[in-house]
Amino acid sequence: MIALGLEGSANKIGIGIISHAPSKPPVILANLRHTYNSPPGEGFLPKDTALHHRAWVVRLIKQAIRQARITIPDIDCICYTKGPGMGAPLQSVALAARTCALLWDKPLVGVNHCVGHIEMGRSITGAENPVVLYVSGGNTQVIAYSANRYRIFGETLDIAIGNCIDRFARTLMIPNDPFPGYNVEQLAKKGRHFVELPYAVKGMDASFSGILAAADVLAKGLDESLPEEKRLRTEEGELVTREDLCFSLQETIYAMLVEITERAMAHVGSKQVLVVGGVGSNERLQQMMGMMARDRGGSVFATDERFCIDNGIMIAHAGLLEFQTGVATKLEDSTCTQRFRTDEVYVGWRE
Amino acid sequence: MAPETIEPTAPPLRAPSPPPTDRPLHTLPAPFTSSNLEVLTQGAEALVYKSVFLTPHTPCVVKYRPPKPYRHPVLDRRLTKARLLAEARVLVRCKRDGVDVPGVLGADWEGGWLVLEWVEGKTVRGVLDGWAERGAGEKEGILGLMERVGLAVGRLHEIGVCHGDLTTSNLMVRVPEKKAEVQEQNDELEGDIVLIDFGLASHSTQNLQDEDRAVDLYVLERAFAATHPKAEPLFKDVLSAYGESFKGARAVLKKLEDVRLRGRKRSMLG
Repeated sequence: MIALGLEGSANKIGIGIISHAPSKPPVILANLRHTYNSPPGEGFLPKDTALHHRAWVVRLIKQAIRQARITIPDIDCICYTKGPGMGAPLQSVALAARTCALLWDKPLVGVNHCVGHIEMGRSITGAENPVVLYVSGGNTQVIAYSANRYRIFGETLDIAIGNCIDRFARTLMIPNDPFPGYNVEQLAKKGRHFVELPYAVKGMDASFSGILAAADVLAKGLDESLPEEKRLRTEEGELVTREDLCFSLQETIYAMLVEITERAMAHVGSKQVLVVGGVGSNERLQQMMGMMARDRGGSVFATDERFCIDNGIMIAHAGLLEFQTGVATKLEDSTCTQRFRTDEVYVGWRE
Repeated sequence: MAPETIEPTAPPLRAPSPPPTDRPLHTLPAPFTSSNLEVLTQGAEALVYKSVFLTPHTPCVVKYRPPKPYRHPVLDRRLTKARLLAEARVLVRCKRDGVDVPGVLGADWEGGWLVLEWVEGKTVRGVLDGWAERGAGEKEGILGLMERVGLAVGRLHEIGVCHGDLTTSNLMVRVPEKKAEVQEQNDELEGDIVLIDFGLASHSTQNLQDEDRAVDLYVLERAFAATHPKAEPLFKDVLSAYGESFKGARAVLKKLEDVRLRGRKRSMLG
């Protein structure tokens, strides 16, 4: 069976085509993505992002079908992101999905974005029943599977971790291309001094907004036009750099993520961790997670940017899994929603 | 928007290989040697060992927080010291004010260890799992247990302590002493509730907010829902016992409703 997947919950539009055959691993026929980047110091606005998606959706679908060497009748269903995400971009992509479904007379499947990430991560890495850390610009959740639901054990109490990093990048006027987190990571590699920031873990939940506020205050002390005595210094008296702040921010917030993940692993007795979502492509986070897992006698599974970062394949994959259990979304129900909890989805395709 | 070339991404060949999993042996700081220790659990924070204290017949728990290799050393020392001291102080206060917790026998925050009294019994999680396996019957026994859980948490909150990681694994049911030898299945529903693992606890005489208490309950509620689908409906009995346990408990329950709604991306319908 072949599914076409359309993803556009944030600033990336992704089109993927996947093929499932019984008792064989899924085959990826096409995986295309285009990203809308805003200028440094700014975030992406919903209306501009929706315009971007509208401008790209037709040519991406055409190119994906060409690249997959399939014809329209080969497609069994059209999967799209129902939520969660930004309203305007979600709507523009849902509209495209409905149009294709009517035009080609195909069934529709509305997919939960988070479940898409989890299923793609499981399929790519072969992790069977891991604790999942889902970290991106809009989501921060620690998830474990139990009785046909992906249950949320821990999550952020305020902003998502990716949002914290992106906004700190804006404070320092770090470019948004290819994505702010990548640029922060590159700067952090050159950081030498650890500046103390708040550390906010509550049980299996975490909070990032206070850390962002504290980091923003510290960043003011970097200004070169300040008099010497007012500039931010380490305890040893050395000047703190942008690199040091990026390093300290990463060290602090990733330590929090690893801690809440470790707590969830200890609680459910699992030894596997799967890291998904855009922030999951951060090498330092993967390394820290690996050290934690090794100490527990377990292992960490992570994917590269093709599957970590939002893509159409994961929507096609999760949608097709659901479609094979006999579930499809009626046209009149093919809405999208900004709020769609991971644990609302009935996972009928797992034991 | 200028059209750009779209780079096609190739299908993956194979999964990235997980890192090696051979576990390094933690060496314990003096005065402990590995010979008289038996590992009980590896929690998220600490390794918990069973050992003896002063006499060979007095069992005790050694809770060791090894340095976390993934954490920056400065952050690691700060967290270990703050948490170990906070835990010891809260335990002492609970013991003094009549909350059933293991007592502190010794501590070293530089070395990262804490020696605690031994509690003979099972975790509530283990008891609930056993109960669910036996067919989720024994209504009276299980409801009594839930009531005692609610009262124990209420007493803790009454004296101004928040647990911070209130899960079913951190609640124990003490084996009634005289029956320790001949134990029947139903006995495990009978014992006293002992609260353990105060690693994330906080204490304050004035400033303890209903918010923090409500978050404690919320964490426990989710632990019930996440680990034991069959035990989920029992949580309302915990709450109703909690509501009667101290003055101000009703206000916490009211706050709990707000906390529940605050979970991110929760459906607008409830």
